Amino acid sequence: MRTKLSVVLSALIILGLLVTACAAPAATPAPAAEQPAAPPASAEEPAQSEQPAAPAAQGIMDTVKARGKVVCGVHTSLPGFGYLDSEGKNQGFDIDLCRAVAAAVFGDPNAAEFVPISAAERGPALQTREVDMVPRNMTQTSSREIQWGNFVHVMFYDGQGMMVRADSGFTTLEDMDGATVCVTTGTTTEQNLADAFRERGLTFNAVTFEDTSAVYSAYESGRCDAATSDKSQLAAVRSGFASPADHLIMEVTMSKEPLAPAVPAGDDQWADLVRTVMWVLINAEELGVTSQNVQEMKVSDNVVIKRMLGGEGSFGQEDLGLATDFAVNVLAAVGNYGEIYNRYMGPEGLSFTLDRGLNDLWTEGGLIYAPPLR
Amino acid sequence: MTTSSSSLPRFLTRKGVPLWRDVVALQWVAQIVSAIMVLGFLWFFISNVLQAAEARGLGLGLGFLRGAAGFPIAESVVPYDPSRTFGYALWVGFLNTLKVSVVGIVLATFLGLGAALARLSPNWLVSNIAGLYINIIRNIPLLVQLFIWYFAVFQKLPPVQEALTLPGPVYISQRGLFMVGPQPTETFGAWLLFVAVGLVLGYLLNRSLLNYQVRTGRSTYPLLIGLLALVGVPLLGWFLVGAAPMQLTTPELARFNFEGGMRLTPEFAALLVGLVVYTGAFIAEVMRAGILAVQKGQVEAAKSLGLNAFQTLRLVVLPLALRVIIPPLISQYLNLTKNSSLAIVIGYADLFFVGRTIINQAGQAVPVFLLIMAIYLALSLLTSAVLNVYNRRVQLVER
Repeated sequence: MRTKLSVVLSALIILGLLVTACAAPAATPAPAAEQPAAPPASAEEPAQSEQPAAPAAQGIMDTVKARGKVVCGVHTSLPGFGYLDSEGKNQGFDIDLCRAVAAAVFGDPNAAEFVPISAAERGPALQTREVDMVPRNMTQTSSREIQWGNFVHVMFYDGQGMMVRADSGFTTLEDMDGATVCVTTGTTTEQNLADAFRERGLTFNAVTFEDTSAVYSAYESGRCDAATSDKSQLAAVRSGFASPADHLIMEVTMSKEPLAPAVPAGDDQWADLVRTVMWVLINAEELGVTSQNVQEMKVSDNVVIKRMLGGEGSFGQEDLGLATDFAVNVLAAVGNYGEIYNRYMGPEGLSFTLDRGLNDLWTEGGLIYAPPLR
Repeated sequence: MTTSSSSLPRFLTRKGVPLWRDVVALQWVAQIVSAIMVLGFLWFFISNVLQAAEARGLGLGLGFLRGAAGFPIAESVVPYDPSRTFGYALWVGFLNTLKVSVVGIVLATFLGLGAALARLSPNWLVSNIAGLYINIIRNIPLLVQLFIWYFAVFQKLPPVQEALTLPGPVYISQRGLFMVGPQPTETFGAWLLFVAVGLVLGYLLNRSLLNYQVRTGRSTYPLLIGLLALVGVPLLGWFLVGAAPMQLTTPELARFNFEGGMRLTPEFAALLVGLVVYTGAFIAEVMRAGILAVQKGQVEAAKSLGLNAFQTLRLVVLPLALRVIIPPLISQYLNLTKNSSLAIVIGYADLFFVGRTIINQAGQAVPVFLLIMAIYLALSLLTSAVLNVYNRRVQLVER
């Protein structure tokens, strides 16, 4: 009886120790877990109520500077926009936008870290401030603007298209009544497809996959009569098909897809900074400043160019916490908007060739237009 | 949680043994401490989720389910179009999960039984083929098998214009399997009533005649008469309702696809085949174990009574084996139902697939995940509850 009792007692003592041991770590993570959650909450609150003046205690700029890197959530398998090259390095139009911001903040385009995220993770990544910026082939919409974060500036005007087999003879959506269409689930594309057919009174069968590569493999094998997505994505994917000439992208545009990089909500200074960098890229093309001639242009007679490159006056660099000549670093590193576009999607583009169309400068009949830097 | 009044006074008022040595008291302390720990953990996790959700402005309400879904669903048991609500879309997904699970469970059971009997066969070749099937299939992850079934088998069928034609006619192509199928007409609802009456009547006749036979020993053919009612009443109804309640339609190649008739999409077919083949292998082992658990003496007794091999199996071996088989079989059925959520990789619109789409389109991750978990949990608990009732009935009843 004695021994039994002592066994029970010692078991209890061990249990008690375990409780205190468990309680201690359980108690510490609790506040620790609250800590990171709390500041964004308090940071978001003032942003939502009308107090834009008071900057958040710990702004994204401070975090970025302390870290020494800009963290971007990016695509890793979309040729042209965000993909891995043969050496495993992140490349693409969206990647260069991130590198431009890194060059602006640190003077070094390589001070950027790329986190691969899926389409579905874009919203949560912004909401939780897991990344500083999301340049990831993302369509700007009102509800995303409200729920996810702040879109800074439309950098690519896309539209939803339809890829069909060249021998199908389709020219309009009306030709496709009753067709089977492959589409990625959880995208605006999926909803636009339904809307486009419904408003024309047409029927269709959808075959949906969560994985983008499954969509195109099903289309290529013949499971579907057509595949739909943004025209740029269709062009990118078609270039990877066994015989690209057998497929064509129809003229029809089913939706507006303005692709814009976004930053987390609640930090106006950071949003302004990223936006200004985007404006520099566009203005530089308009003014004819390229990665090749940026050094000579510093002493240009054109006062607008001089101001942009930090040679004369200011357009707000100090208020953003940037060097006066940050634009020189940006342009030397990634080039102007047109250079970035042509690098991946121009006539000699690394990924594929896509006519600039809407993505030409406003002076050339396109929609690419940035407010002046002054 | 608090000590109940009945036991509290006894060890508190007892003289002699100090409290810290009293077994009853110590047991109570241990119970309370462990209860506090469990509840504390639960509280920590739940409050953490709620806090994080609130901090990030993620709502936990279910109001969004009334919003318009706006996305298409590839196949549905009930009519669906993108103007329906998110809630209705989830229901469509649930029905699709139910469809593949029910059909899958039935087919996997037969496949499992067949494979188990083959495995036990004295024929070397048959037994080893079954053994090969069981051992290969059981040891390859289901996800991999689904990929192979869908992308390497069903996607490699001929394109729709060059569909394989089997007699029937049955057309097999990348777009699925098309065959002659019944199409309900207006009188279908009325006819269903006759089917229901036939079902009930057949069951009742069977029961009462069987009882009579057991009581009196007179042969009453309960099975035959029950089946007659089961088939006869709907047959009578077919002619009584006027126009035929169902018409056969033959699939015909339209511009893009076959239209009319009955259709099995490649996504559904791949998932069904994958689940049935995979679960069938496990069920085969469960059944084999059950059959081997039947004592040799029982079989010998059956033989000495003059029962043939099939009768021995049906009347002696299987009823005895069922007692061993049912409990692990239940968990195989539950596995099949839950594994159907892997449909997401091959584009079959089941509950999880539709749920994921809703998360994307409505931006409500936490409530949708909770909803999905609750539905799978309810489905599994329901399945096991029903089978447990059956299990109790086949267990040894001691008279």
